[in-house]
Amino acid sequence: MITREAATATTGAQVPLLELAGVTKSFGPTVANEDVALSIMPGEIHAILGENGAGKSTLMKMIYGVMAPDAGRIRWHGEDVTISDPAHARRLGIGMVFQHFSLFETLTVAENISLSTDQSAARLSPRIAEIGDRFGLPLDPAALVHSLSVGQRQRAEIIRCLLQEPRLIIMDEPTSVLPPSGIEPLFETIRRLAAGGCSVLFISHKLEEIRSLCHRATIMRAGKVVGSVDPAAETKDSLARLMIGRSIPQPTRTPARPGKDAALELRGLDHVPDDPFGTHLQGMDLSVRPGEILGIAGVSGNGQRELAALLSGETALPRGDRDRIRLDGSGCGDADPGQRRRMGMAFVPEERNGRGAVPEMSLTLNALLTAHGRGMVRRGMVAHQSARDFAESCIAEMGVRCAGPQSEARSLSGGNLQKFIMGREIRLAPKVLIASQPTWGVDVGAAAAIRQQLIALRDTGVAILIISDELEELFELADRLQVLFRGRLSPSLDRAEADTALIGDYMTGGFLTEPAVATPPAAAA
Amino acid sequence: MRLPWTVEARAQRSPFAPLVAPLAAVTATILAGLLLFTLLGVPVTTAFYQLLVAPVSTTFNIGEVLLKATPLLLIAQGLAIGFRAKIWNIGAEGQLILGAIGGSLLPIWFNDSQNPMMLVGMALAGSCFGMGWAAIAAWLRSRFNANEILVTLMLNSIALQLLYYLVAGPLRDPFGFNFPQSALFPDVAMLPTLFGGARVNAGLFVALAATVAAWFFVERSMTGYRLQVGGVAPEAARYAGFSEKRAIWLSLLIGGAAAGLAGVFEVAGPLGQLQRVVSPGYGFAAIIVAFLGGLNPIGILFAALFMAVIYVGGDIAQASAGVPYAVIGILQGVLLVTYIAARLFVDYRVRWRRSAARVAAH
Repeated sequence: MITREAATATTGAQVPLLELAGVTKSFGPTVANEDVALSIMPGEIHAILGENGAGKSTLMKMIYGVMAPDAGRIRWHGEDVTISDPAHARRLGIGMVFQHFSLFETLTVAENISLSTDQSAARLSPRIAEIGDRFGLPLDPAALVHSLSVGQRQRAEIIRCLLQEPRLIIMDEPTSVLPPSGIEPLFETIRRLAAGGCSVLFISHKLEEIRSLCHRATIMRAGKVVGSVDPAAETKDSLARLMIGRSIPQPTRTPARPGKDAALELRGLDHVPDDPFGTHLQGMDLSVRPGEILGIAGVSGNGQRELAALLSGETALPRGDRDRIRLDGSGCGDADPGQRRRMGMAFVPEERNGRGAVPEMSLTLNALLTAHGRGMVRRGMVAHQSARDFAESCIAEMGVRCAGPQSEARSLSGGNLQKFIMGREIRLAPKVLIASQPTWGVDVGAAAAIRQQLIALRDTGVAILIISDELEELFELADRLQVLFRGRLSPSLDRAEADTALIGDYMTGGFLTEPAVATPPAAAA
Repeated sequence: MRLPWTVEARAQRSPFAPLVAPLAAVTATILAGLLLFTLLGVPVTTAFYQLLVAPVSTTFNIGEVLLKATPLLLIAQGLAIGFRAKIWNIGAEGQLILGAIGGSLLPIWFNDSQNPMMLVGMALAGSCFGMGWAAIAAWLRSRFNANEILVTLMLNSIALQLLYYLVAGPLRDPFGFNFPQSALFPDVAMLPTLFGGARVNAGLFVALAATVAAWFFVERSMTGYRLQVGGVAPEAARYAGFSEKRAIWLSLLIGGAAAGLAGVFEVAGPLGQLQRVVSPGYGFAAIIVAFLGGLNPIGILFAALFMAVIYVGGDIAQASAGVPYAVIGILQGVLLVTYIAARLFVDYRVRWRRSAARVAAH
């Protein structure tokens, strides 16, 4: 390897491991990256900080060879390279851990890893154990992937990456899938990697994590680098100002004044999903009253998807179980989503494109998707004008950035589309609003606006249920919290009594073993 | 295996993109037809004349084109509604046959009838039979999740055997010298022809009316919208509460009714009786017509006319130049394959990989 030798030849004067200069990439009229410069030293933990849509992913894809820059140069060990594809990137020594894993559920860890190498699973197993040991990634090579937690799966991905002895690992939002207790061990692993000379490119929009972990942070806004700082020397607020150009707005809220009777109730809901790898929901109880926000916390994959589908009606219960779900006191477990919407429910799903909206259709036609019952159909024919008016007011009220109601949903960024969907569901004037990951992929400023809208909606007497895996969001929004763990719901916690430690404990199942009733309080104290 | 190119989705498309694929397919089909005729020993100019000019050169031939466009148009409009919802009804041929059978019952049983409502009754019976045949597939799909492509395709063969049995037995003309065909229909059971000498009949107006109705259904109605959402984004349809079962039933029943009606128009039009052969593959050709027309009611109108020209041109060539009848089938196949290929290039673009070897040298 010529490159390796070239790098070692110039010891003394430190040569950056990876250097980018003037890198530009556009997609049609949109410039995703403009004149980006970046420099990473060996053994450095380098953060790329930016909002969604700031151009982080595009930049990473160019470094990992998924796409080629339009202009600019990439230097690896001080030499110009053109990275043609991910295989080439891996040969150079660049590895990547994706946000979404690519593991086969029915295979073991070792089998999964052997698929990307030319070695058998049996020969890899000791090496997997050895690497796991060295970097603090305990993992059984013989375990089947479907039995692993999300954190363990991430370890499998990291180990797969480490087996190729990379000089640089790119990690895309690695903490977004972890419970709070899983974050520190991951950071420990990253620090050990860096101590061993491997550089880490850490992509995130979570300011606290970057401050505690990274040596250097390159901040991107609207496709450009707006600063390169030592994050430890910055405050959370100064980083935020660099990232979004202003301080993060904090929502204002007044104490909730909930009504008396529950608007939405689950009573002893049990459900075995059709999907063999889905989560079995057991004994779920919850109730949301008008004028309050209930937050459902939990690491994703613990039944959120199944719960959301049961609440929206996309999964219907058998007729006999209809009273397990009640809307305004009447059982609706067997009703389809359309019937539930007519009963006063609105629902914001976590996937925007393809579920909350039809990507190929205009915003006008997407307004029709759930709002068709509001005077948009006359004698079976679509009243386009009233659908367009509805779409226009959603766009105006939520500040959706688009060319107008005729724009196709897929032409909007994820955050903007989310604003549109949120606006549409709010305009349905529901009694109960269920929102799954309401601000996923939404930029910080827009997320704050959506949260403020949700609080305002609560104050008009709507019962709101929010399923989210971002704890900070739930702490900002929820009046009460329940935690979902392996298909079971924790007892309800009031806003005042919920703190990160307690919720974190619940998120790993703490509420299941808690001898809450049996032990007298005196003994605990 | 790594190929030296990659295929990626086009980020932007020109507003004329929907026209590119059908026009490319039509051009390719014409060129393929000329080549094929030349290889069969027909001079290029003659081939061009027979394939494209002769079908529109005389009143009679224009009438023939319109006559063949009628069932194609009617069936394709019905199928396209289902195809937009991604319900793949491949059984229009069988539904057409059932429609022909259903439509024949009245004139066979009341062979000396003078009732002016005869045609209306035949049309109703025929479309109900077509719907009933399609309903088998709808029921199997919505009840047992049986793939409608396979079910409708196999029902075609059953329909054909049913027709053979009926014309050889129960519906055979008792005074027909044992020919496998029914009695000739009375005059009240025949569609009026439109202009002197030509065989094209009033069924054309029904097909045109169906085109207008299909346009309103697809572009303006809430039901059409529901079906389309189910086709392009099934998860979104589920989220919105649009029933999938309803979409399956509706798509198949509309397709079955249209094909059944086309079957009635064949027996009440050019045939005048029920025979062993009621369709030269209209039910299959209409699938090509629906796609060539971009599943758009207006596009389907033009596609049906072009397909009818191929039918008539092929017939003329067969009669005057001794070209085998199979030419029509071959040209239909070329049309479908080139259309599908052209669609790939409209939706995606092919990019050559830069030489990986050069890069690895670093």
